[in-house]
Amino acid sequence: MTSSNTVIHKVLDGLPLTPDEGLDLYLNAETSTLGLLADEVRRSKLQTEQKQGIVTYIIDRNINPTNVCITDCGFCAFYRRPGDPESYILDEEQYFQKIQELVDAGGTQILVQGGHHPYLKTDWFEELFRKTKKRFPQVWIHGMSPPEIDHLSKLDKIPVLEVLRRLQQAGLDSLPGGGAEILVERVRKIIAPKKATTEEWLDVMRQLAKLGMRGTATMMFGHVETPKERIEHLLRIRELQEECGVFTAFIPWTFQPDHTPQGKEWLEGKPKASAHEYLRMLAISRIFLHNIDNIQSSWVTQGIKTCQIGLAMGANDFGSAMLEENVVSSAGCDNMTSVLEIERHIKDAGFIPRRRNMLYQFLDENNHPIESRIADLQNQKVPIGQCIENTKESSKETEAGQ
Amino acid sequence: MTMNLEQENLLIDRAGLKAIRSKVDQGERLSFEDGVLLYEHPNLMAVGALAQRVRHRRHGKKTYFNINLHLDYTNVCIYSCKFCAFAAKPGEDRAYLMSPEDIYNRILPLRDSEVSEVHMVAGIHPDMGYDYYLDIIRAAKRAKPDIHVKAFTMVEIDHLLKISGKSEDQVFEDLREAGLGSCPGGGAEVLTTRIHKAVFRDKISPEEWLASARKVQEHGFRMNATMLYGHVERVKERVEHFVRLRELQDETGGFMTFIPLAFWPYNTALENYGKVTTGWNDLRQIAVSRLMLDNFPNIKAYWIMMTPKVAQIAQSFGANDLDGTVTEERITHDAGTSAPMELPKQELIHMIRAAGFDPVLRDTTYQRFETVGS
Repeated sequence: MTSSNTVIHKVLDGLPLTPDEGLDLYLNAETSTLGLLADEVRRSKLQTEQKQGIVTYIIDRNINPTNVCITDCGFCAFYRRPGDPESYILDEEQYFQKIQELVDAGGTQILVQGGHHPYLKTDWFEELFRKTKKRFPQVWIHGMSPPEIDHLSKLDKIPVLEVLRRLQQAGLDSLPGGGAEILVERVRKIIAPKKATTEEWLDVMRQLAKLGMRGTATMMFGHVETPKERIEHLLRIRELQEECGVFTAFIPWTFQPDHTPQGKEWLEGKPKASAHEYLRMLAISRIFLHNIDNIQSSWVTQGIKTCQIGLAMGANDFGSAMLEENVVSSAGCDNMTSVLEIERHIKDAGFIPRRRNMLYQFLDENNHPIESRIADLQNQKVPIGQCIENTKESSKETEAGQ
Repeated sequence: MTMNLEQENLLIDRAGLKAIRSKVDQGERLSFEDGVLLYEHPNLMAVGALAQRVRHRRHGKKTYFNINLHLDYTNVCIYSCKFCAFAAKPGEDRAYLMSPEDIYNRILPLRDSEVSEVHMVAGIHPDMGYDYYLDIIRAAKRAKPDIHVKAFTMVEIDHLLKISGKSEDQVFEDLREAGLGSCPGGGAEVLTTRIHKAVFRDKISPEEWLASARKVQEHGFRMNATMLYGHVERVKERVEHFVRLRELQDETGGFMTFIPLAFWPYNTALENYGKVTTGWNDLRQIAVSRLMLDNFPNIKAYWIMMTPKVAQIAQSFGANDLDGTVTEERITHDAGTSAPMELPKQELIHMIRAAGFDPVLRDTTYQRFETVGS
């Protein structure tokens, strides 16, 4: 084991920790020490003082074209089997209506993600993206996920690279890093045995890089994985990043077991991962992933207060002010509330909020009609805390903000 | 352990807090200016790390909690504090008053339960006489003789002294005889003249609060202290509050625990001035409390106001107490808190363990402790 002196100086010098060093730090360091170290890494990754003073977020919308899925993942409360009365494929009008609402609210990106449908092939998505770009050329399509791409490759019997190339030509701009869960085969065999393997997941991202596109990486923890497997997951992400630099950001979140097929069984009566555990994982991610520029804090799974505390422990991004159908329709709960609350929480922590795109470039504020809506909201006296709670509830089945 | 204190020193010093760190490490008292700097310092983690040293020195990995019940015996109040959503005027639909019999009936079913404390605070009812206050304590003790009655903030104590027509000594003797065990720390709000005038001018002044606290402690009762933060107060006023509290504690020594209370604005007259406190604000408040109140044994993260998630995290920012199960809280719920009405014992234990601390069940006055088995 390396001495503590070496570990801290390696981190401060921007060098990668070994998995053993990472695990030891994760398991044994005081939370305050872990947070302090993560904050150092956040600063060094952002380089300039100006950037260190900024926390970004994005206004985007999750659109799930279908909930039909044949992978039967035990952690998922969202999917329905083919033929299930609650299964759906969005019709075009509903889909475009959602994008229009996003654009009207100043949003810039859609996150298009769904189940592994047995009959929707690459050409179906090509058409969807082509039509999207035709009607909304300004909207960034952050779409699909490595397991969905892998699924299309198998369905159409064409290479992954070919699927990605066709979708890129149709308008796909970037690939969200969903479906990574934990990139360790022991874990995947339990929680997602029918979905893309670790190697397949990583290979989709590798192929993506060949096309000059970017993706994100995610992690869903707090189910059957061990602390060592959490670090192994980070290692796989870090190795691929070293190889091809495909990832713009890393986004960890905690498993939400409610209403999932197997969540209760896996946890064996233990409660789900707590806020404190989330923040420690966030901090070690920032420290261990020395070659990834951005770390996103999650208010969807942890609430806005914990998400904000994440800014002190390594995160430099607040995720997404999501517009999501349930959220929009919740009584008395205007979706813009979360934009206001996100900005308030960023400012309150001493940072300047800036909107960004998927590449983490800052957006011009003038594009967004937020200010005029602030007054409306204040007149309505919307109970903001409740809004955030509702938002959290209604969107928990989707892997948002990737 | 991978990282020792020296490694952490390096990180704290890099954050620019070396001078305060050496004071903290040597057990030296922090100045008013130090307090202001700790509030304004951009590196929240470094401030938290300093507070955590004090916590570790005093309590190690222990986090205390208890099994308690809140009975807010009336919401009728002659005062109109601007931060309050709980108070009602007599005759209003939502006005209520619990009789001594009501108190008895509420506590009786808990006779054989683990509940060890009843926390009773309420509005200042215009019509209730001195005996009512003694009777509700007696009713609680009659229902469950071994329950600790922690009742009456300094506002209620001040009121009792005024309406009793008796000597100060006699009033405290009556309270003790009735069964009062200790006093909660509410009603302090922010102990500065400007805030008193701005938001709670009808109620006792900071000087009167401190004077009542002195009397309570001189008569042998232990008590807590609070600060309501996150409304219209300024950083310097928070620090002034700490300085006044610790000066009194130097003399009296009877304060057990300091409890920062996060302001909830909904349904209050300050609804348009304040918003729900943020996690940074809450954690910084815990950390600076721990650092400035060097003579207070305990700092409590009150989950009802801070939310359970932030209270859990606060254990790494200087807090060593999570209050209790708090069945039936009404005051903060009227002001819109998103926290639940109560937390089961097992959930509290998990909140503590999952953050790497050791749960210890305590009584109200920190005399008896029970380590919770795993």
